[in-house]
Amino acid sequence: GNLCHGFVSFLSSFTLVYRCKADIIFVVFQFPEYDNLYCKYCFVYGHDWAPTTGLEEGITQIASKSSQASHRLIWNFPLGTTFKSTNPSGWPQLVVSVYGPDVFGNDVVRGYGATHIPFTPGQHTKTIPMFVPEPTWRLQKFTGWLTGRRPEYTDPKVVAQGEGREVTRVHSQGFVSVSFLIMTKDMKKMDYETGPSGPANKPSATSG
Amino acid sequence: MEAPEDGEEDEREALKRHLRAERQKRKKRLLEQSSIQKSRDADDVKDVTSIQQYSADEGPSEKADDSVVLSKSRTGSQKGLTSRTQHTHHLDDFVKRRLEEKLKAARSKGESLQDKEASLEFPSRLHSLRDRDTVTRFDREADADRAGRRDSPPPLSTRVRFREAARQVGKGLPTAEEAFNFFTLNFDPDPPDVIETSSRRRQKQRKTTDEDEEHEDVDEDIQEENETQSEEAPLVQTQEDLFVIDQSPQDFLEIRKAEYVGYQKLLQLQSELLFTPSFRTVPTSIKLPENMKPRYLEDEGLYVGERPPVSLTNENILENRILKMEEGKKWFGDDGRIIALPNPIKESSTRPPLFHMEEALDPALQTVYRKAVKSKYANLYIAGAADPEGDYQLDVDVSGLIFSHHPLFSREHILGARLAQLYDQYLTRQRNNLTGHLTDKLNGLRNALRNMLESHSGLNPTQALQQRISEYNLEVRNTRHLRDSEQEKDRTLLKNIVKVWKEIKALREFQKFTNTPYKLYLRRENVDRVSDEQDYEDEILAEVVELEAETEEEYQNKLAEYKKRLEEWKLCRKKQKAKKKKQKKKKKGQAQDDTEGEDEEQDVSESEGPTDEPPPKPEPPERPDLGSIEQWVREKALRIRRKPGEAILIPELSASANITASELCPRAEKARREDVARRSLFTKILYNDKEVSRTDSRSLNTDFRVHFGQIFNLKIVNCPQSISLQVFEEIGSSCSLLAQVFLPVPEPSVVTGSVPLEEFEFSSNQRVMFDHEGVGSDVPLSFEADGSNKQSLLTSGKVSCCVSWGIGDDDVPLAPPISQQPGGVHSGKGHLDAVSYIGASGLYDMKKIGEWAKQSRLDPNDPKNASIMQLLKVASSGEVTAPEYFRLEHLQEEFNFVTDEELEKSGRFRLLKLRNQEVAEFRNYKFIPALEREVTDTVFQEYEKRLKEGEVIDTKEHLDSHRALVAKYLQKIRESVINRFLLAKHHYLLSDLVTEEEIPTIGILGINLFKLTEPKRPLKPQRKERKKVTAQNLSDGDIKLLVNIIRAYDIPVRRLQSNKPGQTSHSALQGSIGLPDQIQVRPFVEVSFQRTVLQTATADGPNPCWNEELQLPFSAPNGDYSTASLQSVKDEVFINIFDEVVHETVMNDKNRGKSIQTHIEKRWLGSVKIPFSTIYSQSKIDGTFKVNTPAVLLGYSKEKSHFTNSGFDILRSLSEGTFITLFITVDPQLVPGESVREKFDTQEDERLLQASERFERDAAQRYPDRPCITTVIDLSGKTVFITRYIRPLSPPKELLDEFPNNPLEATPLVARFVSLIPSLPDQVSFSATCDLWSTCDQFLTLLAGDEEEHAVLLCNYFLSLGKKAWLIIGTAIPEGPTAYVLTLEQNLYLIWNPSSGQFYGQYDTFCPLQAVGCLVNADNVWFNIQQYTSPMRVSFDITKANLWKPFFSRTFSHPGLSSIQPEELVYRRTDRAAAAELQDRIERILKEKIMEWRPRQPTRWNRYCTTTLKQFLPKLELIRGQDVAEGHRHELQSLLGDYRISGFPLNLVFSEIRPIIEAVYSTGIHSVQASNVEFALAVYVHPYPNNVMSVWIYLASLVLT
Repeated sequence: GNLCHGFVSFLSSFTLVYRCKADIIFVVFQFPEYDNLYCKYCFVYGHDWAPTTGLEEGITQIASKSSQASHRLIWNFPLGTTFKSTNPSGWPQLVVSVYGPDVFGNDVVRGYGATHIPFTPGQHTKTIPMFVPEPTWRLQKFTGWLTGRRPEYTDPKVVAQGEGREVTRVHSQGFVSVSFLIMTKDMKKMDYETGPSGPANKPSATSG
Repeated sequence: MEAPEDGEEDEREALKRHLRAERQKRKKRLLEQSSIQKSRDADDVKDVTSIQQYSADEGPSEKADDSVVLSKSRTGSQKGLTSRTQHTHHLDDFVKRRLEEKLKAARSKGESLQDKEASLEFPSRLHSLRDRDTVTRFDREADADRAGRRDSPPPLSTRVRFREAARQVGKGLPTAEEAFNFFTLNFDPDPPDVIETSSRRRQKQRKTTDEDEEHEDVDEDIQEENETQSEEAPLVQTQEDLFVIDQSPQDFLEIRKAEYVGYQKLLQLQSELLFTPSFRTVPTSIKLPENMKPRYLEDEGLYVGERPPVSLTNENILENRILKMEEGKKWFGDDGRIIALPNPIKESSTRPPLFHMEEALDPALQTVYRKAVKSKYANLYIAGAADPEGDYQLDVDVSGLIFSHHPLFSREHILGARLAQLYDQYLTRQRNNLTGHLTDKLNGLRNALRNMLESHSGLNPTQALQQRISEYNLEVRNTRHLRDSEQEKDRTLLKNIVKVWKEIKALREFQKFTNTPYKLYLRRENVDRVSDEQDYEDEILAEVVELEAETEEEYQNKLAEYKKRLEEWKLCRKKQKAKKKKQKKKKKGQAQDDTEGEDEEQDVSESEGPTDEPPPKPEPPERPDLGSIEQWVREKALRIRRKPGEAILIPELSASANITASELCPRAEKARREDVARRSLFTKILYNDKEVSRTDSRSLNTDFRVHFGQIFNLKIVNCPQSISLQVFEEIGSSCSLLAQVFLPVPEPSVVTGSVPLEEFEFSSNQRVMFDHEGVGSDVPLSFEADGSNKQSLLTSGKVSCCVSWGIGDDDVPLAPPISQQPGGVHSGKGHLDAVSYIGASGLYDMKKIGEWAKQSRLDPNDPKNASIMQLLKVASSGEVTAPEYFRLEHLQEEFNFVTDEELEKSGRFRLLKLRNQEVAEFRNYKFIPALEREVTDTVFQEYEKRLKEGEVIDTKEHLDSHRALVAKYLQKIRESVINRFLLAKHHYLLSDLVTEEEIPTIGILGINLFKLTEPKRPLKPQRKERKKVTAQNLSDGDIKLLVNIIRAYDIPVRRLQSNKPGQTSHSALQGSIGLPDQIQVRPFVEVSFQRTVLQTATADGPNPCWNEELQLPFSAPNGDYSTASLQSVKDEVFINIFDEVVHETVMNDKNRGKSIQTHIEKRWLGSVKIPFSTIYSQSKIDGTFKVNTPAVLLGYSKEKSHFTNSGFDILRSLSEGTFITLFITVDPQLVPGESVREKFDTQEDERLLQASERFERDAAQRYPDRPCITTVIDLSGKTVFITRYIRPLSPPKELLDEFPNNPLEATPLVARFVSLIPSLPDQVSFSATCDLWSTCDQFLTLLAGDEEEHAVLLCNYFLSLGKKAWLIIGTAIPEGPTAYVLTLEQNLYLIWNPSSGQFYGQYDTFCPLQAVGCLVNADNVWFNIQQYTSPMRVSFDITKANLWKPFFSRTFSHPGLSSIQPEELVYRRTDRAAAAELQDRIERILKEKIMEWRPRQPTRWNRYCTTTLKQFLPKLELIRGQDVAEGHRHELQSLLGDYRISGFPLNLVFSEIRPIIEAVYSTGIHSVQASNVEFALAVYVHPYPNNVMSVWIYLASLVLT
């Protein structure tokens, strides 16, 4: 009986549907030697969220630097995911980690970053600052460089949370730009107002 | 001079352009158009339509233009503007206008575009700057023109060039503005061009007409400036001069010698002119003033910033150069160095990072085109405002202002103001006549009381009457008090008025002139002396009588209380006395020998003693002195009331006094009056914070009143947000803001003509001081002769004005309808929100509330407002009392969504809260419903049930009430421990978050180098470490359990049927006929985990080799893959060895002939079970394990190995048994939970703790893989030294009694007893990796614990049996780090596994103990520092210091730690009845379960067999399952001759019923498919002391043959 009930309430409370189409556009790194990077992404979300369509995590193609002078790497990698939720708490975050070969060809991490998915519908461009954990010792920095095994987060998802981060030291690495196209459904029905207070919905607001 | 002028022109031009743009927009509005045209066309148009007076200031009126206050004010301001400029630049305007007209044609073409430009951000400051730049240049060129040079480049091209340059500076595409300019340039000449041409024209005009002198001056100025200042101009002029000289004929003709100056002379000349500073360091003495030593601030401890880095040479040069200058020394500081500011360069950039790659600018900094938007007030426009007819009009009537204090007040003014104020107060009081009102009330009350008393005088007053009388009395008293205070106030007010008036008079006398027109008359109103005296006396009499009655009553009350207390005291005293007597007696007995003096002392102390303890004797209340009452009343009356017969004084204030003329006044006063005359005041009216208009400037009158009397009609389109007045004071040309007064926005019903003027107070805290008679503001001054009682007055006053809505032509109020005004704040007085008006802090300020109530015009008849009206009456009477309490966050409730109760009631909130608290049931609750109604109570049912029924014992689960209680107790401990660890769990280390390569040591590097030489594919590959995965990002199906079954040894073989006595079974005979010697057994392994069952292929023989990998899926409880959750998984992996038996039955069918039916039957041979928690914490399990084989295996026999007889008897059977080699791991490898890093509180000595920490650290450094424990945590969470756990404790007497003579025999029994206590790993019970050690008594009470507890108990028992015993801390398979027990018996070391009761010799190959870390006994801890850890290769001789490192040594001796174990263990007697009951219940449950597992087939029970089996079980327990006599089997066989029987007894430790069921299920006995199968199940529970139970289950399946 208990199980069955759970199912019923499950269905009826699935009202907050939220669609996100993100597009990892490009990355800018301060160091010109970074090339041939690829990007892993995943979504981190709370208990009350569930993806309905689309992939929760994935990996982009390897992108090389453009021949022009700019240091940009362009992926233009689309990712589309739909979430449903019953509670705005634990709003999804996109966690991006960029990897690429170092001088010796070892795959090393080039940066971690996270951003909350914007909650207003429409197009948004977010620039995510990237960072990597610092080695504890100088020597480790050297050996890490030599062996191609640099410090990494045990779980990239920790960059989406605050707990425990105080023990780490990080080092900024550049930026990843992500463009989002956001659609929401039934948010208003659940009394969540996220849209901009534009003139379109103003008359109704003032008259009420 | 030039630049400002140009700037002004430019500004004016811009303004004009702007105005024009605006005009274009409004062209369609016919009404306005005409007026604008008018103002444009004629200079001297006078705006008569407006009744307002407009200021002539340019800037603010421009602002007003921007705002939406329209038409009239706009035109007015423009007029003002033109009228002002008219005077100065009359010609300019004329010229420009003409030019404009000329350009109009061209401009009209691009008008639409221009509009667009105007709507753009105002042609940007940069732009205008540029323009200004060009203007000056052109002007200069124009000057050059005049000088005769006509080659000035066309201005247009210059402009273009300029633009071009600007474009090159800016990056990327031209902006919209640039593009526009580029394309519109041809037909849209810019203002600079206009000016340029105009100036050119101007010059022409100047030449022809000499009319405007002023202008000429300006131009001349320009010229002069150009000649003197411009950098180019002098050069050009000299050139011209030269040219002129060149042109003279002499120069052409004259020939001169080339002038030569010799080099030396040149140097000499140069040295006269030039100065080359030297590079050398200047001595400090030169740099400092004479006779001064350099002073180094830094050395004195003062902060000196870092100097900017300058190279020494440069510094020297600079110093040398400076020293040459006059007063050069002032550049040097006290330290003899050049004074320098600290280095301004910051190490890090303070600007936000700007990462622009070529054109990729930060999007925030990029210019973005935005469409024009309406101002933010757009939506606040009153509807209908677009229609010009629908304008609304606010009338602001500024009548005037009165200063209650002004800096220019003379002393007399201050007094006068005070007098006026007091008089006002007097008048108000008179009007209210509160005193008369209260007197009447008092008289009425008295009459009523008298009547009441008279009418009931004879009767005995009833209860109700008495109540009423007392109420009346109370009321009379209160009213009297009120009246008295009012009277007193009246009296003091009158006195004050008279006093102030006297002061004024004295002051006038003193200063010999009069400043104020105030004159106070005191009108006497004579009264009838007799009646007045009568009244006075009556009043006093009445009051005295009342007071007497009151005091009497009070006295009675006090007396009654006194009596009561006296009684109490007496009682107390009696008790004391009795006590004292006793004490005395005692003391006397003691002190008989003492001297008398001491006795006296004693007496004293005794007499003191009791007075301390009992309450002091109550004092009887004094009888009140009734005589003094009258005295007091009379005094009071004299103080607060008019004397009887004295005339009533009525003050009247008039302004009829003559003010002394200025000529007669002293100098200071004259100066003051002059100052007053110089001042004038005006007010600005601000609407929505924008100035809309201002009053005329009116001079300050001598009475400090200013009358404006102006009404401003504001036509508004915006909703009124605020209306305010700013009072300005003007002295000469400068004006200063005095104060700002905010006016409330009127209600729509408030229309002009219907509202009276209101007064609004203002004040300013500016400090003003004068040297004349004016007292100034915020300056302390005193009226006393001695200068005491200083007070400082602030400029303050009142503005009288009113705001109302205008009335249209047809008497329609020009007010917007209420509904259109959003929000309560703007909706006028009627809806004035109290909080927003007063402000949060003012809610308990009575004055503000009063003000608010007055402002909002509450309806006094509305019962809702009754309390406020009441309050107001008190407040307005001048009595303002602040409440005596202070409320913090008095608005807190306003910010609560709902009340706390409602919040608690909300199921959704509760759900969220519980999940956040990580309550087990909700920890992973997904999708908390979005709506409250979807949260049903059923969600909480289980949780609430747990909370409530935690107390109730679940007998079904536990079968045993004691165990249920224990489980509850354990639960409680668990909760407390979990709470302790919850915090610690959130402490992170770097290694938790970041994986990092460790710093390679030389050794590792060496190994790595060595590895390079390793073969790529070695012949014997070894398992490598895999990457560990954190548990949290896993989901169902991700984790698999890998079980690699390699081989087994010594599997029991089938007993050949031929060996059986009696007849042979038909089928078995057939099976064994073929190759009786070869097919001994066909074993296979079945692994079951979480009800998933997988099996290997079948192998042959007693020593099979499978080498097979089985993958079992793993799912965590509730899908929670957190470390804590995984640790508490209780599931076990069962590895069962079965024998596959094939029966072939020959079927004789008449139709088809013979057919053979094959039955495959599996028979359980033994099992190994490994808890998942072990696999999880070990991450892999690799080794050879002893298989748990049943004591009796019907139909099988063990293949006897050959033994060499060793010295010790017991050792013989040690290697006996079946073994299996396994490798188990979890894929992917999970990170086991880290132990909790927290320092626990302890009672151990700090020195000991430090030593143990050092000991453990050293051990971990030298031998990282050897466990070393010196301190452990006990159940209460305290750190305890390990040796405290070891103490000889005697085992239960029953165990020893069984072998009274042979303690050696008792040893296995004791071990068995210990092993029968259930095992429960700590991490399972506490869901966190922490090793808690309970003491032996706790262990026996809890009846659950892990290996350490078992080991400690066993060790303690062994010690009490007189053995030499130690605790081994080591690692074993499968447990991992664990504790075993080591005993020394007859020079042989025995290793005991406390959880199984098994023991092994030191050299036993199959000993599960793999490594020995340290040994512990009650005295010491020894750490293994030998080369090897394996028990076989370790020497257990702890006396050898080179093999075992002791913790306590000579340097740090044993401090004599006491044991924490109890002295003796108390055992409860064995309860046989409970055991029997348990036995029945287990049997019943198991039978039910077996039937349940066989849903398709009928389950028949063979009773005969069951009873037979039951008899065997006690015997098995007696011999502890070892070495069953063959006879047993024979016996059984003979009893059940007709059955093919297979079965076995299971021996289990009893903790709960669930593991028993699991164990039975895993044997698979229920899966026999044969149709004629029968079952036998016998259960025997053998009770040991202290509720330790040994459970035997005999399972058998019988097939009738």
